[in-house]
Amino acid sequence: MILLFVSLFSFSVNSNAKSITLGWAAWDPANALQELTKEFTAETGIDVNFEFVPWPNFADRMLNELNNKGKTFDLLIGDSQWIGAGAVYGHYVKLNDFFDKEGISMNDFSPATVYAYSTWPKGSENYYALPAMGDALAWAYRKDWFDRPELKSEFKKKHGYDLGVPTNWNQLHDMCSFFQGREIDGQKRYGAAINTERGSEGITMGVTAAMYAWGMEYENPNKPYDMEGYFNSPQAVEAVEFYRKLYEDCAPPGHSDAYMVANLDAYKSGQVAFQMNWYAFWPGVSKEDKDGRVSGFFANPSQNVSAATLGGQGISVVKYSDKQDLALEYIKWFARPDVQQKWWDLGGYSCHNDVLNAPSFPTSTVYAQGFLDSMGIVKDFWQEPTFVELMLPMQEAIHDYVVNGKGTAKGALDKIIEEWVEVFEADGKL
Amino acid sequence: MKVKKKFKGLSDKAVGWLFIGPSVLLLLAINIYPLVYAIKMSFTNFYANKIGRVPEFVGLKNYIKVLNKEAIWEKMQVTASFMFWTLLLQAIIGLGLALLLNRKFKGNELLTTLIVLPMMLSPAVVGVFWTYLYNPQVGLFNYVVNFFYDFGSFDMIGSSMLAPWSIVIVDTWMWTPFTMLICLAGLRSVPNYLYEAAEVDRANKWQQFIYITLPSVLPFLLLALLFRGIENFKMFDMVVELTSGGPGSATELASINLKREAFEKWKTGYSSAFAVILFVTIFGFGNVYVKVMNKIKER
Repeated sequence: MILLFVSLFSFSVNSNAKSITLGWAAWDPANALQELTKEFTAETGIDVNFEFVPWPNFADRMLNELNNKGKTFDLLIGDSQWIGAGAVYGHYVKLNDFFDKEGISMNDFSPATVYAYSTWPKGSENYYALPAMGDALAWAYRKDWFDRPELKSEFKKKHGYDLGVPTNWNQLHDMCSFFQGREIDGQKRYGAAINTERGSEGITMGVTAAMYAWGMEYENPNKPYDMEGYFNSPQAVEAVEFYRKLYEDCAPPGHSDAYMVANLDAYKSGQVAFQMNWYAFWPGVSKEDKDGRVSGFFANPSQNVSAATLGGQGISVVKYSDKQDLALEYIKWFARPDVQQKWWDLGGYSCHNDVLNAPSFPTSTVYAQGFLDSMGIVKDFWQEPTFVELMLPMQEAIHDYVVNGKGTAKGALDKIIEEWVEVFEADGKL
Repeated sequence: MKVKKKFKGLSDKAVGWLFIGPSVLLLLAINIYPLVYAIKMSFTNFYANKIGRVPEFVGLKNYIKVLNKEAIWEKMQVTASFMFWTLLLQAIIGLGLALLLNRKFKGNELLTTLIVLPMMLSPAVVGVFWTYLYNPQVGLFNYVVNFFYDFGSFDMIGSSMLAPWSIVIVDTWMWTPFTMLICLAGLRSVPNYLYEAAEVDRANKWQQFIYITLPSVLPFLLLALLFRGIENFKMFDMVVELTSGGPGSATELASINLKREAFEKWKTGYSSAFAVILFVTIFGFGNVYVKVMNKIKER
């Protein structure tokens, strides 16, 4: 009886309290957001509960929740590729009226991030999210090793140019292979920790960093969804072959199913000279430089063109939430320039122009300039509502070719197109 | 009085139904209904994530598509190979361990407990920690193998040749104790007088094993293998954690592929057809197997 009373009482207390739940991935920026949000609670009295899901399960967990019209989350910081599904299937609240009412202008945010994280259809003025976390795939390297005179002279002798930030993928390969198997301070080191993960999106995000730099396009710009000769163009084939070469020549042993955390671990444990990863991790990497480790950071190298794989997310209000008004209040607060500045200071990547265009921004951290450079050249995977269906065949085919060593790069890309055609046909796009 | 009369009026049959009714309802709700629903869905082009889109009847199209898809047959081959090797190894090692533990020696109980431990772990946890054991740089597995013969560094999970063996080894490590326990139960049910009579007839140990032990324990072993076979046909969690079905699709079992089609690509109609085919396959094999097992028992 007492238990029943207590549980009824606590239920009524909870249901009366002003609180919302925000869902995101479990990683460093989420902790920064949690810290930042304390100010929101202090200002408004609205408690914010956080549910952070580990990256490998993030998409599964969140998309299942949305598809089931779940009410767990009031706010969701969802991947850029979800925006199509969020809009088309009605999972996200359209924010145009709210933005107009509150005087929030999308012109105040970096255009690349607005395009990628907020709009559907792409390039339209229909907004389903506020750009929350700018991100792109980039590289960190062991600057302390690069600065060693004996290594510098040996590299110069071998390759005829200075060991430093690579300006293209060929140089990246030269440098990675230079460190592969090399003994430094009595320990065997390797070239680069690159994305090879099979289960979610890892290897696709990695290989597209090369494919974009080689100039790959997903489709004919004049004929949407016409992929033949674009996605499997000779440049795209060459990029995929190169990525396999990078994996074979430069990855540490056992790096066959690796993504964000595995790359970080390989780098932090001193195994590798380079790691491929998202900007989101650089504050942590930079802060944790110790025992002589000095990290340098650079944007994705170009090859035929300058390009980088887009990461990052927008914050959306879930349509099935019963507390949309409180969730919108949070977005209103988060869009404020002063909050955006604090967001950057705490380690989040603000997309607000006031923060990005401040004269002090490029020198505010060692990776700030790289971030600015990257955000100007980002390219994203399909943002179609069917993006998961499009991602999975690419994961399988690329992993089969790069890690498993099966078939040819052209064969892998042809197979992906075949599957994508089927997906677009089922979706009525073809 | 009236109530008493009513109560008296309940027949044995009615009382019986009253008892089993809830279970039957539950079974219908969580087993039969979903099965019938899945069969119905398998004849449509339903996508569970496309809200508002009315599924259309497509006849046998999904079944034809599944059966004609080369990739599906590759997954079935991977599954068959996984099942064959795990069942074979678990039968041999499980029976061997049972024979060992059936003898009386000091520390028998402790050894039994230690051997049974892996079976009590969660498959997902097992998958995760074996990824560390298989790590070519710091993993214990490489170290132990190289202790006996210097193969150098090798990547069990990243190599398409070794990855299928990596899942066979883990499953065998985890589930051999199960086969062992069932076989042990079988061995302990063999009456001692049979061995005494055999000794009187001057049968040697090998003959005793072939003519007494093996026939007695075989029905138990077959039962254990039936359970393991069904479990391994739908194996999912351990393999996903260990290899994610990779490299490429070298360890992508049918169940993993089915999950990806159904809950990641959301091809509900197509994956329902695939699920029905898998169900019929395992149901058919299971029936044949049980019939063979019963015949062996009758002998």
